[in-house]
Amino acid sequence: MTGQTHSPIIEVAGRGLAPIIQLIGIYVFFHGHYGPGGGFQGGVLLAAGVLLLRMTVGAENSQAHVAAKRTLTNCAIGAVIFVGTGIVAILGGGYFLDYAHLPVQWLEPAYMRYYGILFVELGITLGVMTGLITIYDDILEVDYA
Amino acid sequence: MYTVADLPARGDLNAPAQQITNAAGTPVAGAYYIQNAYKDAKTPNMVCVVLADYRSTDTMGELIVVFAGAIGCFFVLRRKRS
Repeated sequence: MTGQTHSPIIEVAGRGLAPIIQLIGIYVFFHGHYGPGGGFQGGVLLAAGVLLLRMTVGAENSQAHVAAKRTLTNCAIGAVIFVGTGIVAILGGGYFLDYAHLPVQWLEPAYMRYYGILFVELGITLGVMTGLITIYDDILEVDYA
Repeated sequence: MYTVADLPARGDLNAPAQQITNAAGTPVAGAYYIQNAYKDAKTPNMVCVVLADYRSTDTMGELIVVFAGAIGCFFVLRRKRS
């Protein structure tokens, strides 16, 4: 069982640093359309913030932040968001993952591709973030009850 | 450093790797992406368009690999509180 750190300096630094890392993660995720960044990088940064909390304040105390029993479910939800976007595009009359055929009437096809890419990247971010957290929790045998 | 200074600019259509038609006369995919990425998806980052739109099935495979790793760790390592 992973315990809490005994140093107050490490604990306070971790608690202060984790939200900043996650804010940078959200920025990197939304910056994927305009420069370096995207779903995988943003998801890894979001997971790094949670894992820093897991290591500094302890696994039990960071369960309120991201519960260990929900991470694998959220990883599956991320994959389902990605695949579901492709299937919705099929239902709209296009090919698999052809965002121009998503059933959104008030957008022209180019902007539908824009938001289709954003939605897919959202699935990647959720899947990568919770996937890394669940691997950490499994390796350290965090109780998930 | 000397070699890096001689590399072609990003998105340069005259670069040998990004020419519009190759030596055999067939069109090259990279030139199509450079010319049409912004028109197709209104996204300034053409890498993002290639990754998540033109080649999105490959990205889906990457996400499935991450999920497979997570679920493999779940089945091998996780145990209930005794």
